[in-house]
Amino acid sequence: MIAFASLSIVLVASALWTIAARKPVYSVVALLVHFAALAGLYLTLGAEFLAVIQIIVYSGAILMLFLFVIALLSSGVAPFSVGPDRMPKAALPATVIAVIGLGLLLAGLLHAPPPSPAAPAVAGVAAGPVGAPGVFGSVAEIGRALFTTYLLPFEITAFILVVAIVGVLALAGDAGTARGTLRRAERVRRAAREAIMRGGE
Amino acid sequence: MTQYVALSAVLFFIGVVGVMLRRNPLVMLMSIELMWNAANILFVAFARTWLNDAGQVFAFLVITVAAAEAAIGLAIVVVVFRDARHVDVDEARILKG
Repeated sequence: MIAFASLSIVLVASALWTIAARKPVYSVVALLVHFAALAGLYLTLGAEFLAVIQIIVYSGAILMLFLFVIALLSSGVAPFSVGPDRMPKAALPATVIAVIGLGLLLAGLLHAPPPSPAAPAVAGVAAGPVGAPGVFGSVAEIGRALFTTYLLPFEITAFILVVAIVGVLALAGDAGTARGTLRRAERVRRAAREAIMRGGE
Repeated sequence: MTQYVALSAVLFFIGVVGVMLRRNPLVMLMSIELMWNAANILFVAFARTWLNDAGQVFAFLVITVAAAEAAIGLAIVVVVFRDARHVDVDEARILKG
C-alpha cells in the first residue's frame, strides 16, 4: 500500500510535469521518470516481464526516438520554437471538460459493484512471490501464454511492426538523397573502370 | 483494485488535458503515450485481480502498438515541420487544398 501510494504520487506528478514543461526535452525527462515509476508499479502487480519491457521499449526506444526528433527539428536552419503561447485561452475549457469527464468516471467507479476475484482462471498458476517459477506473472508463464494461447495476437504484433517500419520509410525516407548517392556511386564506378582500362593499355 | 482504476483515470485525463492544451506536436504525442499507459495500468491491475494472463499479454500488445504509433507519429511530425518556422500544430496546413 505504501508502495502504491508513493508510486502513484510520482506517477501523477511526473505526468503533470510532462504536460506542463515549457521545453520538449524536459517533457521527455519527466516521461522517463513516469515510465520508471510505472515499471515499479508493474512489479508490485506481479508483472515482472512487463516491467522490463516497459523500461526497454518505452525508456530505451520510444523516448530516444523523441530525443532524436527534437534534435533533428532544432538542428536545421529554423530555430526550435514552440510558437506563440495559446495556453491561457484554451486552459479553462479544456480543464472544465477534463474535470467533468474525470468526475463522471470516478462517480461511476464509486457506484460500481466491487470486482470479486474469481478462482484463478489459469490452471496451476497461483499468486506468490514475484519471480518464483510457476507463479502468476513470472516470465515463464507469460512466455508460455504468448506462444500457445495468444500466438495469433503475438504474430499480429509482428505484422503491425512491419507496417510501422514501411510507413515510416514511406513518410520520412528521403528518396532524393538516395538518388544523389546512387548517382555519385555510378560516377565513381565509371571512373574506376576507366582507370583500370587505362592501366591495361 | 478501485485505487488502481482511479489512478488510471487520473493519468488518462492528465493526458487528455495535455493533448487539448499543448500546441507542440511532440508534447501532444507524449500526452498520448500517457493515455496508452493509463490503459495499460488497468490491464495489468485486472490481470492481477483475476490471476489471468490475458491482461498482461494484451498490455504487451498495447506497448507494441504504442511503439508503432509513436514511430509513425514522429515521422509525420518530421515531414510536416522539417521546413516550418515554428513547431506548432496550428501552423500545419499543408493538407489544405
